[in-house]
Amino acid sequence: MVSSCTKYELRCNECGKSFGNRPLSGCPDCLAPLEVQYDLESVRGRFTRETIAAGPANIWRYKELLPIPEGFLPDLPVGFTPLVRAKNLGKRIGADNLYIKNDAVCFPTLSFKDRVVSVALANAQGFGFTTVGCSSTGNLANSTAAQAARLGLKACILVPADLEYAKILNTQVYGARLVRIDGNYDHVNRLCTQIADEYNWGFVNVNLRPYYAEGSKTVGYEIAEQLGWRLPDNIVCPMAGGSLIRKIRKAFKELIALGLVEPKDVRFFGAQATGCSPISQAVKNGWDYIEPQRPNTIARSLAIGNPADGPAAAKMIQETGGWAEDVSDVELVSGIQELAEDEGIFTETAGGVTTAVTARLYSQGRISRDQLTVSCITGNGLKTTDALEGCFATERAVKPKLAAFDEYIRAVDGRLISDAALAGGVR
Amino acid sequence: MSVKIVLPTALARHTDGQKSFDSEAENLPGLLAEFDTKFPALAQNVKDENGKLRRFVNVYVNDEDIRFLGGDAHPFEDGDEIMLIPSIAGGSFADSE
Repeated sequence: MVSSCTKYELRCNECGKSFGNRPLSGCPDCLAPLEVQYDLESVRGRFTRETIAAGPANIWRYKELLPIPEGFLPDLPVGFTPLVRAKNLGKRIGADNLYIKNDAVCFPTLSFKDRVVSVALANAQGFGFTTVGCSSTGNLANSTAAQAARLGLKACILVPADLEYAKILNTQVYGARLVRIDGNYDHVNRLCTQIADEYNWGFVNVNLRPYYAEGSKTVGYEIAEQLGWRLPDNIVCPMAGGSLIRKIRKAFKELIALGLVEPKDVRFFGAQATGCSPISQAVKNGWDYIEPQRPNTIARSLAIGNPADGPAAAKMIQETGGWAEDVSDVELVSGIQELAEDEGIFTETAGGVTTAVTARLYSQGRISRDQLTVSCITGNGLKTTDALEGCFATERAVKPKLAAFDEYIRAVDGRLISDAALAGGVR
Repeated sequence: MSVKIVLPTALARHTDGQKSFDSEAENLPGLLAEFDTKFPALAQNVKDENGKLRRFVNVYVNDEDIRFLGGDAHPFEDGDEIMLIPSIAGGSFADSE
């Protein structure tokens, strides 16, 4: 497969200046963030339902609208995760038309970050970087480490020192240099900004950030395609830095502009943990700015107290007629368990937040039960098992004898057995 | 009283390449006023049309975000290190484009 021939470049949305393509995150003149802009007309006719269907079953089927450099040959089959109807969870929370976009099973490292990293590293290679890195709350670290290993790039990854053990292990196993920073994510991120300023490294979420962020659009493309090329009424999306929710909307707008879906005013709902809820506070108060917070939540992958895309995300949510909510750590743990028990999907703490917020939005009447709603699950529960510590008792061991088992099961969970189900007649 | 100002490379082009220098400023508005006289191009770069610091610039006093300390009203102390760092994001208010 060859790279896309779509013209794109970095542009400052604040002052309108263009900067071509280079590792640069902010406008040198007004310091505003840069964003990748496409010549959509150059894509028309090449990005159709048919051309997409003829592509591979991964994010590269949308390569025409991804910023990948000339000659880049996609390697890993990233993305194209399941979109599943959530009938059981829907019954529990009063939703008749609820879907789960399940990035808990994204390839290769079980979170939506695989999408953004694959696009960022394509550009890192294009720019000639031999060392890449990131500041991360965990999932990004895992994905950068894994994909850098695959591409033969060196990786140096900075994380807050108190990160979950599984996320640290899941970075080190790929041979990346992991540096634990004595501080929270906002400290780590600030340090990475300084490192990227001094070292000739490709930081996926700093100097490669405009390219990186575009990878998030593939969540939106997939949702539309998997719904049969139509847009949902509502999106519920977790918010950390505030980038994903905006990029899903950008994806929908591009699909509308190119005629792949009927126009629709999709409402966007953001989900945060109360212990780190700067964007949800902004939405609830009608602010167009963010008051930074010191994070205090077990949802560490959402624990960004000074979210860089926060103001833009808050403004966008309000524009669409959506809302943002935040839930406690206790509620998010229940959210993890309910999604697992109802739909067989084990998500991490961030997904618990999204699930609990989704339930609350229905109970508040902000989303009505018949509306087509997609709840975005972005990470895998195997990485944050410590969140469930103490939720399940360790059962006593039972002797390997049928009578002992029968006695035990009747005592602890007699509902599992009805007399009619006893084919052999144990007694 | 003297504080140390630290700038990112992108801003040092307005200060003859100096990425750090000493300042007598007593607070953030005082620092911006000092930029006006010492480094007018830098002042133009970091201030918006209302003379306030652009929202894309974060200010840290000894590693703490100045917004946690009281913002403009926070008094600098002798020996403080004041860092200006662009906030990194793909975000923009021109979101509907």
